[in-house]
Amino acid sequence: MLDSFKVDTRQQDSIWIFSTYGYINNLGGEAIAKNFNEKHAAGGRKFLFDLAGSKIINSIGVSYLIEILEKILESKGELAFCNCAPIIEKTFKIMGITQYTKIFGTLDEAMNHMREKA
Amino acid sequence: MPTEPEKEINLTIPMIPDMEIAASRTAEAVAEVMELDEDKTAEVSMALIEACLNSFEHSHSEDRKVFITFRVKNEELTIILRDNGTGFDPDKVEEPNIVEKLKPGISKRGWGLKLMEKMMDSLVIDSGPNGTKITMTKKR
Repeated sequence: MLDSFKVDTRQQDSIWIFSTYGYINNLGGEAIAKNFNEKHAAGGRKFLFDLAGSKIINSIGVSYLIEILEKILESKGELAFCNCAPIIEKTFKIMGITQYTKIFGTLDEAMNHMREKA
Repeated sequence: MPTEPEKEINLTIPMIPDMEIAASRTAEAVAEVMELDEDKTAEVSMALIEACLNSFEHSHSEDRKVFITFRVKNEELTIILRDNGTGFDPDKVEEPNIVEKLKPGISKRGWGLKLMEKMMDSLVIDSGPNGTKITMTKKR
């Protein structure tokens, strides 16, 4: 019924950019977490999740993002989001995730901010 | 204001992965009919996804079905979601808190009810050993 979820990853200026496509449910969340765990274990500390290709999320998917956030905070890293659909941004606000992460309108804005903090 | 006749749409979905999306797409179609704006439509959709997931995961219903009624009248959309599961006590559901959830070893789950409450104008849960009925409303 749904197109399968996909996450593309690339590194730029020591920032790992994850671009997601599709519904961030349990499977989507797992796919993001698996990719994150690999990069984090290899020393990655700055992560930017570009959610332009994901218009829907559910609380199970967000629970994986909270796991990721926990690991990033433990390792004194940084997590930011960009291109979030308004409903996803609202969901993050309700859950309190925005207390620990920044949400940017565009990828460029996010990259500029994260580079400045380097 | 003249009273519009009530419109009612009924949908039954099986408890299988991703079927919550079928419910949310129906909600979007209903929202379009009543001219809800994009943000409110997305909020209704999100609340319904969470309500379906709660039933899928926690109802333990034998028939593995969720029964959803959408009622549109004047300025308000009412969604009634029922399952024939074993029920739960909403008062025993702990309010999730991000500070707690970020602690090591703590489950990151348990946000469904809070999201439903925040996304809708009202949420009433009637649950017992013969099933759960959730009634949610959204004003235009």
